[in-house]
Amino acid sequence: MSTITAPKTTRTLQGQAKPRRRRPRREHTLHPAVWLFVVAVMGFSLVPFYWLINTSLKKGSALGQGELFPSQPTLENYISVFRNGDFLLALRNSVIIAVVTTLVALVFASFAAYALARLKMRRKALILTLILSVTTFPAIAIAAPLFSIWRQIGLYDTLPGLIIPKLTFALPLAIYTLTSFFRDIPRELEESAYMDGASPFTAFRKIILPLAVPGLATTAILVFISVWNEFLLAVTLTSSPAARPVPVAIAFFNGTSEFDQPLGTISAASVIITIPLVILVLVCQKRIVSGMTAGAVKG
Amino acid sequence: MAMKTLLPGRGPAGRDRAERRLAARMTAPSLILMAVVAAVPIGYAIWLSLNQYSIREAGLSRFVGLGNYLDALASSDWWAAFGQTFLFAAVSVSLEMALGTAMALLLNLAFRGRALLRTVVLLPYAIVTVVSAITWRTMFEPRLGLLPQILDTLHLPGAGVVWLGEQGYAMAVIILSDVWKTTPFAALIILAGLQVISKETYEAAELDGANKWQTFAHITLPLLRPAIVLAAIFRTLDALRVFDLPFVLTRGANGTQSMSMLAYTQLTENRQIGPGSALSILTFLTVMAVSAVYIRFGGGNIRDIAKEDH
Repeated sequence: MSTITAPKTTRTLQGQAKPRRRRPRREHTLHPAVWLFVVAVMGFSLVPFYWLINTSLKKGSALGQGELFPSQPTLENYISVFRNGDFLLALRNSVIIAVVTTLVALVFASFAAYALARLKMRRKALILTLILSVTTFPAIAIAAPLFSIWRQIGLYDTLPGLIIPKLTFALPLAIYTLTSFFRDIPRELEESAYMDGASPFTAFRKIILPLAVPGLATTAILVFISVWNEFLLAVTLTSSPAARPVPVAIAFFNGTSEFDQPLGTISAASVIITIPLVILVLVCQKRIVSGMTAGAVKG
Repeated sequence: MAMKTLLPGRGPAGRDRAERRLAARMTAPSLILMAVVAAVPIGYAIWLSLNQYSIREAGLSRFVGLGNYLDALASSDWWAAFGQTFLFAAVSVSLEMALGTAMALLLNLAFRGRALLRTVVLLPYAIVTVVSAITWRTMFEPRLGLLPQILDTLHLPGAGVVWLGEQGYAMAVIILSDVWKTTPFAALIILAGLQVISKETYEAAELDGANKWQTFAHITLPLLRPAIVLAAIFRTLDALRVFDLPFVLTRGANGTQSMSMLAYTQLTENRQIGPGSALSILTFLTVMAVSAVYIRFGGGNIRDIAKEDH
C-alpha cells in the first residue's frame, strides 16, 4: 500500500465510488489571486524560452540592442549552425550515444527489474539499496579514474568510451522505474501461466514483457532524456569533435574568441537541440509524468 | 497449453531454489556492469589519490599516503567549494520544494487550462542543463538581457550589475537556472502525493468547520510530507553534484565553486592527478554521507519494495 505510482493514482481516483459527482466537469472558478499565480508560473516557465528564441533570431548590430522583439528576424544563425560540421557531428554522436545506451539499458534492466519485482531472491533489500546508491554517485569520482584508464586502453575520446560509463548511470534509473511498473502488473496472469506449466522466465517473456510495453516506453524516454542531458562524463572523456556529444559542443561554442559575438549562434544551437525534447514532452507528457513519479511514496 | 497440470516435477523447495537461481542470473549482468564501471574506477581513484604524480615526466609517481587528503582538507579551496555547494543545494532545494508544492496545489485544482499549465510547467524539465544555463545567461546578459532591462525600467538595483561577474549575483543566477529546470520534477512528485489524499479527509475537515488555511496546514501539509521529503532527497543528492551550471556560467568563479567543478579543474586543467583524485573521492564521500543519512531516515520505499514479496 505504501508505494504508489502516478498511473495507478489517476486510475483509482477516477474509479472511486462517487466519481460522477466529484471528478469530471466540475471546474472551479479561480480566485483572481490564484489566477495571477497561474500566470506567473506560466511566465516563469515560458519567458526564458521566448528570450532564447528572440536572441537566436538576431544578427549583428541587432544583437547589441537587446530589443524585446527581433525587428529584423533572421535565420542566419540557424543556417550557420547547420553549416558547422562540428555541430552536426555532435548531433550524430548524441543520437548514437543516447539510442544505444537506452536500448542496452532497457534490455539489462528489464531482466533485473523482473527479478527484483517478482522473484524470490536473497539479499533483495541490499541489492536494491546498492543499485539506488549508484544513482547518487557523483560522476566526477568515476570520470577522473576513467580518464586515466580509457587513455591507457584506447577508449578515451571514442563513442563506446562514453556509452559504457553512461550505461552505469542509466541502468539504476531504468531498473528502479521498471521495477515499479512490473509490480503494478496483476499477479493473477502469471499465476495462471504457472498453472499451465510455464517457467518464471517464460512468464516474464510471454506475459510480463508484452504487458509492460507502456512502462518500457516510459523508461526509455526517461533514460533517453537523462543520457542526452549528461555532461560531466561527456566533457571529461572526450577531447575532439569526433566523440563530443551536443551539450559539450554547445558549452564550447562560446570559447571561440573574446571579440566575436557568438550569442546568436549559441542561442540558435540551443533552440535546435531543445526542439526534439519539447516535442517529446508535448507528445509523451503522460508517460513522462508517470515515469517520474513511479515509486513515489505515499505513506 | 490448454491442459492444466500441477507444478511440474520438483517440489516447492526445488522451485524456490530454481527461482532464486533465475533471479541471480537475471540481475547479474546489470550488477556486474555497474560493479566494473563504477566500483573499479572508484577503487582506482583511491589508489591515484594516494600518490603524487610528476607533471613533467609521465609515469613518474611517489606514494604519499593520505598527504593529498591532508592538503585538500587544509586548503581554503576545498572548504570554499564545500560551503558554496551546500549553500547552492540548501537554497535551491528549499525554493524548489516551496514552489513545487505551490505548483502541485495549482495542478490539483480542477480549472480550465489545467492541462495547458501542466504541459507548460513540464517544458523546462526536458531541457538540457547546459542549455538551461545558456538560456539564463542570455536572460542576464549585461545591458541586453531581459532582466537587466526590466530592472532598469523599474529603476531597481541590479540593472547595471554584471550578474555573472559578481559574488552573490552569480550564485543567484545559478540557483535560478536550477530552480527553473528542476521545480517541475518536485511539483510532479508532490502532485502524486496530493492525489492520494482521500476526499473524505477533506470532507471531514469541512464538517468540522476548518477554513482553507487550517485544512492546508493541518491536513494537506502533514499528509504531503513523505512526498516532499522524497522529492527533497532526490533533489539534494543531485544538487550536491552540481557541475554543468557553474561550468557553463562561471567556471566556478565569483563564489560559485562546486566540489565536482573543483576536482575537475584540478584533474584536467591543472593536471594534478593525485590531488584531483583526492578531491573527487572527498566529493564522493560527502555525497555518500548525505545519502546514507537520507536512506537511513527517508528510505522507507526501498525497504518496502524489498519486503513486499516475502
